Formats: sequence, C-alpha cells, structure tokens
Amino acid sequence: MATLLEFKNVSKQYSKDTKALSDVNFAVNEGEFVSIIGPSGAGKSTLLRCINRMIEASSGEIIFDGANVTEFKIRELKRLRTRIGMIFQHYNLVNRLSVIENVLHGRLGYKSTLAGVLGIYNEEEKRQAYSILRILGLEDHIYKRCDQLSGGQKQRVGIARALVQDPKMLLCDEPIASLDPNASKIIMDHLRNISSSMGITVLINLHQVDVAIKYSDRIIGVNKGTVVYDGPPEEIKANELRSIYGIEAEELLVNQGANHAG
Amino acid sequence: MLDKYFAKKRRDSLIFCAIMISLTLGAIIITEYDVVKGFTSIVKAAEWTSSNFYPDEKAMNRLPDILDSLTETVLVSIAATTVAALFALLFAMLGSSTTGVSGVFSSLSRGVASLFRNIDVAAWSMILLFSFGQNVLTGYFALFFGSFGFLTRAFMEAIDEVSSSSVEALRATGASYFSIIFQSVIPTSVPLLLSWILFMVETNIRHATIVGILTGTGIGFLFSLYYKSLNYSSASLLVIVIVITILLIEYISNYIRRVIL
Repeated sequence: MATLLEFKNVSKQYSKDTKALSDVNFAVNEGEFVSIIGPSGAGKSTLLRCINRMIEASSGEIIFDGANVTEFKIRELKRLRTRIGMIFQHYNLVNRLSVIENVLHGRLGYKSTLAGVLGIYNEEEKRQAYSILRILGLEDHIYKRCDQLSGGQKQRVGIARALVQDPKMLLCDEPIASLDPNASKIIMDHLRNISSSMGITVLINLHQVDVAIKYSDRIIGVNKGTVVYDGPPEEIKANELRSIYGIEAEELLVNQGANHAG
Repeated sequence: MLDKYFAKKRRDSLIFCAIMISLTLGAIIITEYDVVKGFTSIVKAAEWTSSNFYPDEKAMNRLPDILDSLTETVLVSIAATTVAALFALLFAMLGSSTTGVSGVFSSLSRGVASLFRNIDVAAWSMILLFSFGQNVLTGYFALFFGSFGFLTRAFMEAIDEVSSSSVEALRATGASYFSIIFQSVIPTSVPLLLSWILFMVETNIRHATIVGILTGTGIGFLFSLYYKSLNYSSASLLVIVIVITILLIEYISNYIRRVIL
C-alpha cells in the first residue's frame, strides 16, 4: 500500500523553553485509520495542525502525497488544504447559518474569491452536499440553523463539511471529546465507515484509549512531543500505556472498559 | 499557610477601603466642597424646577420648531453612526487578531481607534468648530469621530469573541480571505455588531444635545437659545421631548435586538 503521509524529523518550538514536538517520525498509508493518543499537552493537536499548516513546523519535512508541504507557497497551500478535511472538537460551525450552508463551506477552497464571497454554489455541489447529509442521517435537518442541533448532529455537519471537499485525508482533532457515549459511538462508526467505504485516510486525536483500540488500524502514542509507540492496537498493553501516559493509566483503561461494556 | 492567606486577603481589603476613603476626603478638602450644603441645595433645586421649569401654553406653540430640530438631530446621529460603523468595520477587521493580515496593520488600526476614542465628543466639537464653523457638519463629524473610535474597539472584540473557531475551520478548507470574511466572520458577528450600532445611535442622540450646545446646531442650539433667553418653559418642553425620544429609541432598539439575537 502506498504511503500518503510521512513525517521526517519534524519539530515544533513555540518559544525558547516550550517544545511541542521534537523529532517526530512516522508514516501513514493510504486508506489507513490511525489514532494518535497521549496525555493533554503532549502535542497531539500541534502534530495534526502541522499537516495542513494551520501551525507551521519549525524544522523537518512533512511529505503528503509525494510533495513536501513545508515548502508550499500560498497557492499550493490552499490546494493542499482543499484535499485535507478537518474536524474539530467544538465543531467550529457558523452557528447562525443553516446546515446546508455550513456543509457547502467545504467547497469554498475550490472557488474564486467572488463566488466565495457571494456564496454561489452550482447544482452538482448542492446535490453532493445533500447526498452526504443523507449518508450521515441529517436529511431532515438541512434547512435548520446549526444552533438548533445537538452536539452529535453538529459534529456530523462538521464531517459533512469535510467530506464535501472530496478529501484524500481527514484530520480529526478530538472529535468526540465533547460528546456523550452514544453520540460518540455514532461519530466513530461514521468515521470508520468513511475510511473503509470511501478509502479516505483518517488521522484522529483521541483521549479514549478503548475507543482508539476498538476502531483503529494502528495507534501512535505521543508523550512530551515525541512518538513513544507506533504499532497495532492489539499490542497496547499495560507497559505501553505506562510509557504513553505515565503510571496511573492501566487502572484507567480497566475502568473505561467497564464503562463502555454496557 | 491557610491562616496567612486569609489574613492577607483581609489586610488587602482594608488597605483598599482606606485608600478609597482618603481619596474621597482629600478631594473634598482640596475642592472645598461643602457636603451638607451640597445635599441641602438639592431641595432648593427641586423647588426652583417645579416653579419655573415646566412647559406652558406658549411653549406648546414652539413644539413644531422643536420637533423640526429634533428630527434633524436624530437623523444626523443616525447618519454619523452608520457611516462610522462602516469605517469601524474595516478598521476592526484589520485590527482583530482573528482576521488581521499583519501585526503592523493591527497596531496601526488599534492606535487610530484608541486616539479617536479617547478624545471626547465635546472636545471633538470644539476642535472641529475651528475648521467647519457653526454648521451641521461640525456636529456630524464630532459624533462621527467619537463613534468611529468606540465602534472600532467594540467590533474588534466582537469579531474575536464569536468567529475565531469558524474562521479556523474555513481556513482549513483552503477558502480565500474574503470568502472567510463574508461566509464566516460577518454571519457570526452580525447580531453583535448591530447591537453595538444601536447602542451607539442611542448614545449619539444623547450626545447630540451637548454637541449642539457647543456647535450651535440642532436641538442643543435650540436648548441653549431658550435657556439663555430665560425662556424656561420652552426649554423644559424641549428636555421632555428629548427624554421621550431617547426612551422611544431605546424601546425600538431593544425590540430589534430581541428579534435578531
């Protein structure tokens, strides 16, 4: 299988003493579902945002689809961003606009400035947005304002906005951290389904180790800005967890497992 | 440790109170303000007001004149606010950390806004009086500059507060700068911006009176004219009309706010 994304010695330094990432190396294959786990402040969000350069890496190379994105000029960067969908913990929707308008925002990267400013979308784009909303089970809410939706529904709008971009890859920054277990399961099932049926690569930051183990093809463990684990989910045991989270984590996993069993 | 923490907190509040009291006392002593006389003269003022300051029949004849200049004042206030709001929006976009393009523009526009904001409308009237003379334009520009400074600051904060998250999302889709402004920043912040504009219209109508007195235009001019010619009953009618207008405007803008938010 072809490599879609590769990190080569990537570091990110915010200021003199705070190093968010140091010398990160890993690769992601096309169509893979990869989870990144690690304690808060370990650099997971920074790592994700370096890929579409919402945050600039300080050094190293990030190869996406055969090209080094850290060297991209603004035009190439915009084209790169159209091919990478992003999903956020707080959904980051325009709450006062309708569901369909928010989904169509995913097409703005393909538009001229004038068409973007006026919000002109063609018939095909609207059809595409509608069919994605149907897949995600939101067809009854198309004209609702986003502030009338529940958290789980908002996140599905966020996913639809990313999918309408026709992305090669989805970056998900803790997509279920603000959702209840039920809504979390729906979101994770959709993401897994997107990955297997559409062949879209998914890279996802997670706080829930059990969820990561259940859904991922591979898990990357991050602690203090370095990759401490990179391997299949089955091999995550007490020892690995200890190196990712520190000493207390094994008990946590047991508890979480019990919570999600029901 | 815990004891010390609470003792320190108590000591801090005591010091704060002591400073406030000594400031007040100091101010009274320096200005030779007689507290007792100050409060007793409120009664006298009330007596004078009730015996002189009420509209009579003759004043009612002047009502058309008063309403004429009131309309002018209200329209000038609204025009000054709306035009100032347009300029303020532009400067706020440049100055906000969510939508700003570079640090230089940002500090420049913040600087301009704070300069205009910190000069009071009364001071603006006096300054502009030299350039434009006794003219409606003088009042208009005085209100315009004051509103511009205030609204720029208010807009900047509104934009940063409500739209930073959706701006991040749209930047991640590769959308262009102006697409982001029109598809995300404006839709999210429009209720807040309108709310500030309505507030500014209210404030400007209140200010228009003092600006009018200083620049000799609008309702303020009429007030000082009546007042200086000892025509207290007409002046009182005018005050009542202004108060009613302000209450009305407040009612309307509260209604609009309820609908849009």
